[in-house]
Amino acid sequence: MPQRTHDPVETRTLAVLVNNEPGVLARVVGLFSARGYNIESLTVAETDKAVGASRITIVTTGQPVILDQIKAQLDRIVSVRRVIDVTLDPAGVQRELALIKVRSTGQDRIEALRVSEIFRAKVIDTTLQSFIFELTGASEKIDAFCELMRPLGLVEVSRTGVLSIHRGPESS
Amino acid sequence: MDVVGSPILASTLSGAEIVVQALKDQGVQHIFGYPGGAVLPIYDALFAEPAIQHVLVRHEQGAGHMAEGYARATGKVGVALVTSGPGATNIVTPLVDALMDSVPIVVISGQVPTHLIGSDAFQEADTVGITRSATKHNWLVKNVEDLARVIHEAFYVARSGRPGPVLVDIPKDVQFAKAAYVGPKGLRPKTYHPAGSPDPAKIAEAATLMARAQRPVFYTGGGVVNAGPEACQTLRALVRETGFPITSTLMGLGAFPASDPQWLGMLGMHGSWEANHAMHDCDVMICVGARFDDRVTGRLDGFSPGSKKIHIDVDPSSLNKNVLVDVGVVADAGLALEALLNAWRARKPKPALKPWWDQIDAWRAKRSFAYRPSDTVIKPQYAVERLFALTKDKDPYITTEVGQHQMWAAQFFGFDKPNRWMTSGGLGTMGYGLPAAVGVQAAFPDALVIDIAGEASIQMMMQEISTAVQYRLPVKVFILNNEWMGMVRQWQQLLHGERYSHSYSEALPDFVKLAEAYGAVGLRADKPADLDDAIKEMIAVDRPVIFDCRVAKTENCFPMIPSGKAHNEMILGDEETRGAIDEEGKMLV
Repeated sequence: MPQRTHDPVETRTLAVLVNNEPGVLARVVGLFSARGYNIESLTVAETDKAVGASRITIVTTGQPVILDQIKAQLDRIVSVRRVIDVTLDPAGVQRELALIKVRSTGQDRIEALRVSEIFRAKVIDTTLQSFIFELTGASEKIDAFCELMRPLGLVEVSRTGVLSIHRGPESS
Repeated sequence: MDVVGSPILASTLSGAEIVVQALKDQGVQHIFGYPGGAVLPIYDALFAEPAIQHVLVRHEQGAGHMAEGYARATGKVGVALVTSGPGATNIVTPLVDALMDSVPIVVISGQVPTHLIGSDAFQEADTVGITRSATKHNWLVKNVEDLARVIHEAFYVARSGRPGPVLVDIPKDVQFAKAAYVGPKGLRPKTYHPAGSPDPAKIAEAATLMARAQRPVFYTGGGVVNAGPEACQTLRALVRETGFPITSTLMGLGAFPASDPQWLGMLGMHGSWEANHAMHDCDVMICVGARFDDRVTGRLDGFSPGSKKIHIDVDPSSLNKNVLVDVGVVADAGLALEALLNAWRARKPKPALKPWWDQIDAWRAKRSFAYRPSDTVIKPQYAVERLFALTKDKDPYITTEVGQHQMWAAQFFGFDKPNRWMTSGGLGTMGYGLPAAVGVQAAFPDALVIDIAGEASIQMMMQEISTAVQYRLPVKVFILNNEWMGMVRQWQQLLHGERYSHSYSEALPDFVKLAEAYGAVGLRADKPADLDDAIKEMIAVDRPVIFDCRVAKTENCFPMIPSGKAHNEMILGDEETRGAIDEEGKMLV
């Protein structure tokens, strides 16, 4: 690795537009494991059936030289159409969705519901002892919500990982 | 490569016939392979096919290295054909070897029928899964309609951009199914765009740096050889017109003639004193088609600390991977060199390089490849020197195995042309040399092809001498036999307190008798006085030869940059080795 150890580690969101073909996710993920890069979150789904395109969104961390290396390495995979660094895109929008189960009664239950209203979370299931909240937003917002729910009976969290898109009328 | 549309565009062929037709349309004349259940339809289509010569190997690894040797010597794509399961897994090593050294090969593997995939069928392996990280790209073709397109795309991916190995896995039912054939014209993957011409602004920046340089050096690699003979000619013109010194990696030998006064010899761990010191002390480094490998750079924080670095590479991910550079040029080496040559000619600089060349001459005076000669035993360096002296007017092709003999070959065999030197650089694959030599000889039946080998390496792919005999391919295997895994022994001496753990071969075959058993010719020399005559005899024989050259047993390969040290900390000989490698260096390979 290049000798520039004093550079700080940064977090980046990369949108990797790929051909939707067998093994393409393994190629991308295999690259990260083979070269020792980090994956903080990963989402993948087909986005355009007509042209067979899928979008993989990866949140990764590293020093800037490593992040450039990751982008170059992704770009040379034959099935990869484009790599977009969403973090560097001032018009980039990033969102994550989470389902959060909280089990509590009495005052904690009332407080959990109150906090969920502040965060504009949706209640999508309820029993007398529990809620499931649906929350969309930046990852930090979901982190903050989970922290607040922890003393109020947080039992389970399911998150999609980050999705991203470019603002404005153009496609990426 | 010239590719032409097939005249039988619209007709319906079986998958196996499509494979053969596609190979023919790609200009393939030789394939190296081994039949088995899952490729029988393709072998049936090859039966009595006059346009393609099939070379039957003895082990699929041999087929892969033959395809590599063929590709490196001809500049064309090498092709191997193997069956499913073990056939495919046996060729994984050559695939990785070709990936590391950027060698264009296409491997076609058979697969169990589609309805059996995933059922742990006989000779089933997840070939595309296993070879995903061993190839530049791979394909499993489940639909015969895709087959012709995929094969043509495979050739395009293998040879374009940074060349590399690809694999096409074809289930047996797809080989029987029928479809219309499509020719190669215009077929290339839509999402794959290899770099071409350089950015003129970057070239201008590079030329400006070069024009002002006082202590410049060219550091070139296999990328120049891959870019083709014209690129090598452009490199020669640029180096001569600039008057700069030039060194190269192991993979780049031959792109610039070793007999030229501007040539400094190979650089790196066992490179020349002058090459490594020039790299360390230079003020402008022009790297073309090389990748700052750890064998080249030594300790990274001590690597050429005072230089501005220009890096030309067709692969963007090579830039700033190991060493940060000042000017990165993403382009084909030939096009970039041409642009650089034009930019240089437009500027007409007259750099004052005399002090730099005086310094280089002082380093050269160290004669870092010198060794203590002997009248009684054959020194391995002497053996390579004599082999070079006695064959150089025959335009020989040299392959090697991996180890000390490989380094001595690189040090003492001078290459004046590209595509004459086939060696496993990145992966360091023992067993590469003999099959690679067979591949070269298949391409050039009348050439002198020599595998400079060690007695340990050669035994890893020994069986391919049988292939050479079958096809009357008169390869010469020149074994520097010291009975030790020499490089392992050297490292054990230098790093592990002379504890020679399992590096001595207590039992070795009689290589002369072994040659005879295979139907080849066996020769032996153990005295310096007999060496020349024996080498001449080897050259004169028009059959495969195994030459058992008994050499000094414990000779070390010098000079050497000890692991974890910088270029200017290299050592010249045994007397300097004590304590030369510290604990941190020991951790490195």
